[in-house]
Amino acid sequence: MITGTAEPRRTPLYEAHKQLDAKIIDFGGWLMPVNYPPGIIDEHNATRNAVGVFDVSHMGEIHFRGPRATAAVQHLVTNDVSKLADGHALYAVACRTSGGIVDDLIVYRVAADHYMLVVNASNIDKDFQWFSQHVGSWCELDDASDETALISFQGPKAAAALQPLTSFDLTALKSFDFTTTAQVAGLPVWIARTGYTGEDGFEIFCRNTDARALWDALLAAAREIGGMPVGLGARDTLRLESRLSLYGNELTDDTTPFEAGLAWVVKFDAGNFIGKDALLHQHTGGVRRKLVGFVMLGRGVARHGYTIHQTDPAGVGGRLGSVTSGTLGPTIQKNIGLGYVAAECSAPGTRIYIDCRGKWVEAEIVKGPFYRRPRP
Amino acid sequence: MSSNYPNDLLYTEDHEWARVEGKVATVGITQFAVDQLGDVTQVDLPKEGEMLKLHEVFGSVESVKAVSDLFAPLSGRVVKVNTPLADSPESLNEEPYDDGWMVQIELANPDEVKKLMDVTAYQAFLKEQAD
Repeated sequence: MITGTAEPRRTPLYEAHKQLDAKIIDFGGWLMPVNYPPGIIDEHNATRNAVGVFDVSHMGEIHFRGPRATAAVQHLVTNDVSKLADGHALYAVACRTSGGIVDDLIVYRVAADHYMLVVNASNIDKDFQWFSQHVGSWCELDDASDETALISFQGPKAAAALQPLTSFDLTALKSFDFTTTAQVAGLPVWIARTGYTGEDGFEIFCRNTDARALWDALLAAAREIGGMPVGLGARDTLRLESRLSLYGNELTDDTTPFEAGLAWVVKFDAGNFIGKDALLHQHTGGVRRKLVGFVMLGRGVARHGYTIHQTDPAGVGGRLGSVTSGTLGPTIQKNIGLGYVAAECSAPGTRIYIDCRGKWVEAEIVKGPFYRRPRP
Repeated sequence: MSSNYPNDLLYTEDHEWARVEGKVATVGITQFAVDQLGDVTQVDLPKEGEMLKLHEVFGSVESVKAVSDLFAPLSGRVVKVNTPLADSPESLNEEPYDDGWMVQIELANPDEVKKLMDVTAYQAFLKEQAD
């Protein structure tokens, strides 16, 4: 676990961020760029219109190796790992016996006896401990996070900008496909067509020692077509507009995938994964609270922790829940947010009130992502 | 980071500035504050006639990242509010000392002015904070 006294950690690209004059913050024990001189809105727009380059090397990579690797991964996650072919990935959650979410992650099947799980930076130690405790004797577990860098390359022009740097035919990679045999700028990498922005794009894994050269090559390619480096600030506005959950905000040890709107990653035929009984029970009995997206109708920005109410203070309705994330959506130009409310008040169209530091601001629950990228 | 601090202004440790002319002070936030906030998306200011008390919250600024309180650098009654700022909050990022001014207040206690920092003291304070 990360403690308050631990020295914040640096990714292999820390010096690159300093040289780019990034604003650096301590994010869950990691010194990370929150934004570069252009600022969050320009970085957000560059990702929506061209390409953004993100250092996400703080994320964790845990490898599962051995003949029982498939069974081990399946025991830990709610999605159906048996459906994966080599070179494909899927989004999943790992749950506690209670159904609470240990982490959300992506499972990459390298081979029948080799999987890589990419997990949240703040959960690496917790996950590795959890995985070891439950399947440590089933296969070899290897936390490669400290040796592995990860650069995300996201935006409508990502494929066009990346292709000249690699002889690998990127059209062969559909969404959630990956390759372990490519080179980018002459460096050995893994390329996955995954991301966290709502845009097309790639996540490129490399050895720490190659990270700077890869970053410089990707950044140069991005700049040529109007792209730029993007920090955690815009990463948050991008994922929120696309209504992607963030662990620690929407997802916690105390929320279940059904509450979080992640029923689509729970496959009860997938085997006896941890948390299955609790989730079956919740599937039958229903949930008491649900994660909803909302758009602010009045003037105000919802923030993590603000309370959500049924009516304004003049009314009689009580508290419905609280906000997990909120921001201005730079592309949609609306103040948006996510939060948990009582299930009976979670229907799209429902009017709610957010207590914005004593000022009650009306909002409306809406369905689906706030932003969807235009499809060709 | 910009080192844009006019020498005709007075400053606070909360990164507000005040331009004192007779009994009236124009108030805003400094380049340092603006750089810390990043892109400003909303500015909430008091109404004309409201009384501000030294160091107390008189409004707030929302940036993409977070919400921040505004603290009164001086006590007094609000005599003028920069209402256009509500419709163009980005001018706070562009011109924190010009179009980004927030309120004018009629000083209730002019002695408070002596407690504010001049530009040299403020820049020394910033340097101290950075070290």
